[in-house]
Amino acid sequence: MNNILSGFGLFQVLGNRFLTVQKELGGLAIFFLHGLAGIFSFPFQLRKILQQTYFIGVKSLSIIVLVALFTGMVLGLQGYYTLVKFGSEGLLGAAVALSLIRELGPTLTAIMIIGRAGSSMAAEIGIMRISEQIDALDTMDINPMRYLISPKFAAALISFPLLTAIFDVVGIIGGYIAGVLLLGINSGIYFYRIESSVEMVDVSGGFYKSIVFAVLVVAICCYQGYFTHMRKEGFGAKGVSLATTSAVVFSCVAVLVADYVLTSFLL
Amino acid sequence: MTENPTSPPLIEFQGVTKRFDTRTILNRIDLTIYEGQITTIIGKSGVGKSVFLKHIIGLLEPDEGTILFKGRPVASMNKAARREMKQEFSYMFQHNALFDSLTVFENIALPLQEKTRMSREEIRERVDLRIGQLELSDVRDKFPTQISGGMQKRVALGRALITDPKIVLFDEPTTGLDPIRKNAVFSMIAHYQKEFEFSAVIVSHDIPDVFYISDRVAIIDDAVILFEGTPVELERATSPSITQFIDGLERLKDELTGLDTRQQFLRKLREQRHLMRQGGDPYCFFLATLVNLDSIRKSVGHIALQRILAGHAGMFQQIFGDAGNVARYDRNRLVGLAPCTDLEDAIRLHQKLLDEISERQSIKMGKCPGDSCLYLEVLSSVILGDSREGLDDLVTRAGQAEQHVASIKCVE
Repeated sequence: MNNILSGFGLFQVLGNRFLTVQKELGGLAIFFLHGLAGIFSFPFQLRKILQQTYFIGVKSLSIIVLVALFTGMVLGLQGYYTLVKFGSEGLLGAAVALSLIRELGPTLTAIMIIGRAGSSMAAEIGIMRISEQIDALDTMDINPMRYLISPKFAAALISFPLLTAIFDVVGIIGGYIAGVLLLGINSGIYFYRIESSVEMVDVSGGFYKSIVFAVLVVAICCYQGYFTHMRKEGFGAKGVSLATTSAVVFSCVAVLVADYVLTSFLL
Repeated sequence: MTENPTSPPLIEFQGVTKRFDTRTILNRIDLTIYEGQITTIIGKSGVGKSVFLKHIIGLLEPDEGTILFKGRPVASMNKAARREMKQEFSYMFQHNALFDSLTVFENIALPLQEKTRMSREEIRERVDLRIGQLELSDVRDKFPTQISGGMQKRVALGRALITDPKIVLFDEPTTGLDPIRKNAVFSMIAHYQKEFEFSAVIVSHDIPDVFYISDRVAIIDDAVILFEGTPVELERATSPSITQFIDGLERLKDELTGLDTRQQFLRKLREQRHLMRQGGDPYCFFLATLVNLDSIRKSVGHIALQRILAGHAGMFQQIFGDAGNVARYDRNRLVGLAPCTDLEDAIRLHQKLLDEISERQSIKMGKCPGDSCLYLEVLSSVILGDSREGLDDLVTRAGQAEQHVASIKCVE
């Protein structure tokens, strides 16, 4: 009898978990739709969108360039020593470019933006929540979703694909430095292989991913900050710290899971 | 409990209950807030005053009961009606809720920028005017974290009033302020309430300062309304739970002026009447009306006015306190109480008081620096008290007695 009851208890726990996850996902979807609708509602918030694009895009540029350069260089090094065993080091350009354009470009760009901008989005909105600034907007009849979240969505949808493109280009240059300048592969072959192997579907696939990642990262980071006050584990500064941690962890996991799902559809 | 027939009900709480987990914060609250008045909600910390206020503006929904706005249940309003209702409100948060990434100017201008179609120039003019009125011109382009707590309060007040709202909710507007700025904030609320004719709901536990500007008072304690009525009705309330509550919150000395509080003064008056009934000496009662407070405020501003009031009340206390007790009766009237033998003795004491004021002022101020000098006009009178009259009766009788005019220099 006890075994049967404990079995029911397990079902109850699993059921509760499942329902909580469903509720969170539903909340996240509604949050995203509200944020998206706010982008297109009149009057357009062009100034705020530009400010956020500067914050998410321009301010992330240096770290993206740095990471892309060294990622490309590492790919160049690893690729060269692997390919040289089969006497096909001439394919290095194709290996570097396809890895970057299809996978590493959008994924690492998203993860770098999560670390630089996503965490600060969650912390900023969380602090606004606990210091009643969001309530103040509400009392002034200013829609907080439209005022705070929508410009971030718009800015991310602009910034992610552009930064991904920059990551891809700089990564290919990094591969060039390692493969051509340091290891002596022919420069013409490096670029010829890139041109012959990379197709438009690879490039567009990378951009589709970056757009999906933009939506996921902003939705998760802003959602965590916006509902900081609903957390049961901690309030105030601790709540904000937990919200920021959750934002980074969930966003990274969501990006990697979405990457796999999208790749399986795109290939 | 009394109703005010002169103003229509604006907001009505009918059996409102609110719980957080298992804790009941509001338990079947019935309360009416009338249009065009200042209603003050008082209560100890953590009894649900702010929760009450947040229900009015819709930041929280009741678990049970109904909230009516101008006779219409808020819960049954559609989105458009709620938005229309919200546009009539403004809310000043306890901790200001200023946007720390915006400057003082941008914080005050925000509701106009987001919710009106005013041009940039119009917004700039209007906001700068309000910044000037609130004496914030020096910090116009600073961020909230770069200015003092008192200034932050004034910025929050400026933002709450910039849209000329019809109803303003103040959540502990004087938290963390010194007595001068505290009274300046109350003075500003009273002044703007008269000027713009908005209805105000103030959550506060600054007793008795907040009573001077309130038309109605409600006490929340143990999740229920302990009292609802005018400040005078509250003062006359004999229920032990109410008097105990007020005594628990009220200080013995007025923070701004250092004078006795009204409750303390009433206790002294009761003692004096009791002594008189026991065959002791009579007492004399003084009334001093500060006539031109509003014109001085216009010249020097709210904060400077409070400094002047604090300085002069302190002087009254020094001169008069040796003989008896002095307290603020309301915003611009002081009352005094001293033992004396007869009316002649009272008049002599009154004259001595006036002489001493003028002497001290001439010593303190020296020569007046030309036309820039301001004068506080004081009308004062004295009567002989009796063993039956209450404070209001004494004030009425002293107001009808022969008045003496004194002009006191009030250059800071």
